[in-house]
Amino acid sequence: MNNAKLWILAEQFEGEILKVSYELLGRAKDLSKKKNCQVAAVIFGANLGDAELQKLIDRGADFVLAIEAPELKHFDNEAYSRCMLGMIDKYEPEIIIAAATSTGRTLMPYVAMTAHTGLTADCTVLDIDEEGKLLQTRPAIGGNIMATIRTQGFMPQMATVRPHSSKPAAPVEGRVGEIVRVDGNDFDLSSNIKRKELVLSSEELQLQEADKVVIVGRGIKRAENIKLIRELCDLLGAALGATRDVVDRGWLSYPHQVGLSGKTINPKLCVSIGVSGAIQQLAGMQTAENIIAINKDPEAQIFKVADIGMVGDLFEIVPVLIAKLKNGESL
Amino acid sequence: MRIVVLIKQVPETKSVKMDEETGTVIREGVESIVNPLDLYAIEAAISLKDQYGGETVAVSMGPPKADICIKEALSMGIDKGVLVSDRAFAGSDTWATSYILGETIKLLGDVDMIICGERATDGDTGQVGPEVAAHLSLPVASYINAIESFNNNSVSLSRQVEQGDEMLDVALPCLLTVVKEVATPRLPTLDGKIRAKAADIQLITADMLKLNPDYIGLKGSPTRVAKIFRPKVTRECELLFAKDDATIHAGVDKLYAFLDSKEAL
Repeated sequence: MNNAKLWILAEQFEGEILKVSYELLGRAKDLSKKKNCQVAAVIFGANLGDAELQKLIDRGADFVLAIEAPELKHFDNEAYSRCMLGMIDKYEPEIIIAAATSTGRTLMPYVAMTAHTGLTADCTVLDIDEEGKLLQTRPAIGGNIMATIRTQGFMPQMATVRPHSSKPAAPVEGRVGEIVRVDGNDFDLSSNIKRKELVLSSEELQLQEADKVVIVGRGIKRAENIKLIRELCDLLGAALGATRDVVDRGWLSYPHQVGLSGKTINPKLCVSIGVSGAIQQLAGMQTAENIIAINKDPEAQIFKVADIGMVGDLFEIVPVLIAKLKNGESL
Repeated sequence: MRIVVLIKQVPETKSVKMDEETGTVIREGVESIVNPLDLYAIEAAISLKDQYGGETVAVSMGPPKADICIKEALSMGIDKGVLVSDRAFAGSDTWATSYILGETIKLLGDVDMIICGERATDGDTGQVGPEVAAHLSLPVASYINAIESFNNNSVSLSRQVEQGDEMLDVALPCLLTVVKEVATPRLPTLDGKIRAKAADIQLITADMLKLNPDYIGLKGSPTRVAKIFRPKVTRECELLFAKDDATIHAGVDKLYAFLDSKEAL
């Protein structure tokens, strides 16, 4: 573990490692090469299987630090943070990267504050400078500008990155690494937070897992017009996203929001309709593989990130596109 | 019961500019508003008070003119306003800000619950809530989308996570960060506005707090902005102009061909 100066916080749900962990390992691979160090994946849980933990090694972890106890099965900030602080004390990592999930966004600031070190939220680019220090780049001031941030004179250097903002590392069969199991009961696991149950929902997941997403912006003008976009979504097999403007007006609910204050998506296809493309909005979708934009203003920022764009009235264009999709080549 | 709401004044979005030399925000001439996501925290506090009684206090750290935002909270129904302001605080990052706010809450004493918005729309970090909780060693429950019930010892909550809603019981005192679903913010009333206008806002400065001078302001901030730059835009967009029936159909045909070529049909 001595050269594992770079840590990522892996996450699991019901014993299964979440994809976001592999995205972090994808980023860690490049950083560890530049820093010339090894990578440790820290994971909390209860009775995590060897085969499951090996997946982290296959995707680039040199060590897996599995901290386990029945109390650690689900996220509990009180117990997780004490364990994490204990591990930081013991192994002195220089860099810790977590996903900006409900867990990462709670645990990381709590740990950074207590460890007296800096934390940068929602980094879009991470890099290593000539001194081996972490360069943390994120949109600043509502996304109008990018800022590169350093944590100076404090350790570890901590950062979160948005889920879906990078590609997951590909597995390498038979990659060798070490699983270090830590008994969670070595730490105080008592908690003032009692988790009674989880009521599962599915809508949240669809948007970020979807291969195709249609994002609707203020150009749609009113709530009842959204059904036009829903029809397009059905024909494309796409999930429906929205800009902050649309959500703030109550035309769609918050789980649909894509952008700096909503979700980040990284689909194969993104179709933006009536979206002007404020940088906060673009930050949530510009890594999509293919981007189509429809907007009446030829100067709209959205066209700068699109591969192909149509300038015109969406209420004229979308029905024709829908008809074409329904009829295929025969139109 | 005493509830503290942490609020922040933020620049009205879209009008913000940056000084490219220093990497700091130009705040002159930009209208400030209460961070829109803090309105949900304010509402949650007021409705808890409406149901269970007690006192609500809005605390904001910022320049002297942040008192306008505190007055807005008062006009909605918050009982008391506290402004934490000192030139020595300038340049504080989230660590230093949380340290100062945490020390302010210690000075206020006897707080049962602290409620924060999910994040501020200017900095967009969402870190100050959990960091204040860490400084005060309080339990933190983030992404709260419903406050179900409340008694002297604990609060029952619903927490929005990726897989759904977690049902939690959290012991008091504690800190909550709330999301939009938690409540619909009420509008200021005329009575509220009159009361807010007349209200005294308690000013807390650095020398009133027991602060380590090395922990505040730019000097006390572990993170530093190394450089700022404009994001680069990389794609070459093929623009199709839809002016009439013919160009609309021609354009849609091209979109269709594009979708087909990317195997997206």
